Amino acid sequence: MSELSSLPRRPAETSDFANVGRAAWWQRGFFASQTAYVGLALVVVIVAMTLANPTFLSAGNVANVAKNFSFIAIATLGITLVIITGGIDLSVGAVMCLAAMVTSMTMQGLDQAGMALLPGLSMLLAVVAGLAAAAVVGLVNGVLIARVGLSPFVTTLGMLSIVRGLSYVVSNGRGSYPAGSDADLFYGLTSGDLFGIPAPFIYLVLLAGLMGFVLHHTAWGRYVFAVGGNEKAAELTGVPVARMKIAVYTLSALAAGFNGIVMSGWLGSAPANLADGYELNIIAAAVIGGANLAGGVGGPVGAVIGCVLIEVIRNGLVLANVNAYWQKALVGCIIILAVLVDKFRTRRAG
Amino acid sequence: MTTPIVEMRGIVKSFGAVHALKGVDLHLMPGEILGLVGDNSAGKSTLMKVLTGAYHRDAGEVLVNGAPTHFRSPHESRDVGIEMIYQDFALCGNMDVGQNIFLGRWPKRYGLFVDRPRMYEEARKVLDRLKVDVNSVFQKVESLSGGRQQSVAIARAISFEPQVIVFDEPTANLSVMATERLLETMAELKRQGVAQIIISHRLTDIFEVGDRIMVLKRGENVGDRYIRHTSEKEVLELIVSGTRETALTADEALQQAA
Ligand SMILES: Nc1ncnc2c1ncn2[C@@H]1O[C@H](COP(=O)(O)OP(=O)(O)OP(=O)(O)O)[C@@H](O)[C@H]1O
Ligand SMILES: [Mg+2]
Repeated sequence: MSELSSLPRRPAETSDFANVGRAAWWQRGFFASQTAYVGLALVVVIVAMTLANPTFLSAGNVANVAKNFSFIAIATLGITLVIITGGIDLSVGAVMCLAAMVTSMTMQGLDQAGMALLPGLSMLLAVVAGLAAAAVVGLVNGVLIARVGLSPFVTTLGMLSIVRGLSYVVSNGRGSYPAGSDADLFYGLTSGDLFGIPAPFIYLVLLAGLMGFVLHHTAWGRYVFAVGGNEKAAELTGVPVARMKIAVYTLSALAAGFNGIVMSGWLGSAPANLADGYELNIIAAAVIGGANLAGGVGGPVGAVIGCVLIEVIRNGLVLANVNAYWQKALVGCIIILAVLVDKFRTRRAG
Repeated sequence: MTTPIVEMRGIVKSFGAVHALKGVDLHLMPGEILGLVGDNSAGKSTLMKVLTGAYHRDAGEVLVNGAPTHFRSPHESRDVGIEMIYQDFALCGNMDVGQNIFLGRWPKRYGLFVDRPRMYEEARKVLDRLKVDVNSVFQKVESLSGGRQQSVAIARAISFEPQVIVFDEPTANLSVMATERLLETMAELKRQGVAQIIISHRLTDIFEVGDRIMVLKRGENVGDRYIRHTSEKEVLELIVSGTRETALTADEALQQAA
């Protein structure tokens, strides 16, 4: 290799990249992304809502918003990983329900079996059981998609139905609720405040920070983007594509499961229809935040911004006494608007 | 007689009903530049993908330095020093030039974290050696023109310091200038003893740098000639009307002519 440097050197102006410089800071990286534009839109919306209704920025309402968007945001982080690799996971809503149900049933069961030896132990075991159930679903998704080669859409659509069906079967359609000696602790850690901040929000910030770091600074994170950028190229260069896919589907299910468990604490129960249809809101949040369904683009900041925007608009409509049925239509408009803006922007940038 | 660095014997490969390769032989000597030509879908790319392990052969043998091999993936052939630049670019458009040059083998810190400063520094060095401007390591690959993407793919392949490089139609998207530079690079690699196979429809390019040219037609060998003892006209005739029966090795053809 070193001998190559003996090649005759040509003047720089004839070289291949002479007209390619580094773009200005506001045209590259984060600032050139859809995430940044949507983030800006979010600020505008917040300012407008505050002007229209000062109670919007009241401490109580802010805490309320923070808690509400956290209920889908953790699952959105997980699905963002899948979307970056160019996949999709429609089973997240059902997995939220399954994990919540397994957790509360395990908690009840352990308590009835007199296993509450140490305070917190039965809750811990129950949460682990719930997450394990979610992980198994994700693992099956991943193996079917990466090893068997089934399409992600069809596989996870099937899984949505299977998992939701199972939730109805095991609870006889009635659902379950967290109970036993650890119930108060469970409620405190899921819907309560820690250090004056809603607990779900703290979990979200920690997980988003971790995800951002891993995605950008570890080889594993770079592999996620490589798989989404060009799966064949990744394979040819030795990226363990199948293992990466299995990993992201498993993580997506784990994130959804954890989100479901937290949500059941806030609801005080795990009904069989918990998070029914949430997969659409979760995918919408990821896409609004800049994750590209074609793969290769996305991140935790975008995922969180997408969730906040959806929740802020929902909350604003409530404060403005707008009929709640309008929310769905409006969220749909935002999805299309977000990708439309991105389309025009990239066209202009060439 | 020296052992060929690569020898392929009786390679057979089918895709369902398509018989892409029907018992093809190929050999490549150390430091040799072999041109591989033939009509579209003659099986050129398929033969090379069989060599690197990107495709698995149905029958036949592949020997590297005289030793039989069974590569299951290009990753394994890379370990013995075989590198291929694919016709359909093997780059990730969503990542920048630097990351693409080190795709899958990013320099790491503590075995886990990507060492970005070092990665860009090394990428810059690689591009520099190939006389490519250094500012570009931050450029996203999808925003580069096809020709430049090809330059990046070539830089990437060479940075592995391979013993054998396969170029699959490397000049198809390159400007006259860039083609000249690539041919120069190939000649320099040859001086360093790197054996190369170049697939091209531009016979002129092969005649400029090649030692030998091999013709494939519908998955069969139909001819093999030393560049010094043949002409573009003769090669064209082989491509159009060569048959397996009239196929000769380069040495046989030389003897017959004498
Ligand atoms: N992955 C694949 N699946 C199915 N058929 C394939 C595949 N790869 C190659 N083939 C078939 O094998 C035959 C040889 O293809 P190949 O790409 O090797 O041709 P080629 O000589 O490289 O042609 P070109 O000059 O167009 O690049 C073609 O008929 C092609 O359709
Ligand atoms: Mg080809």
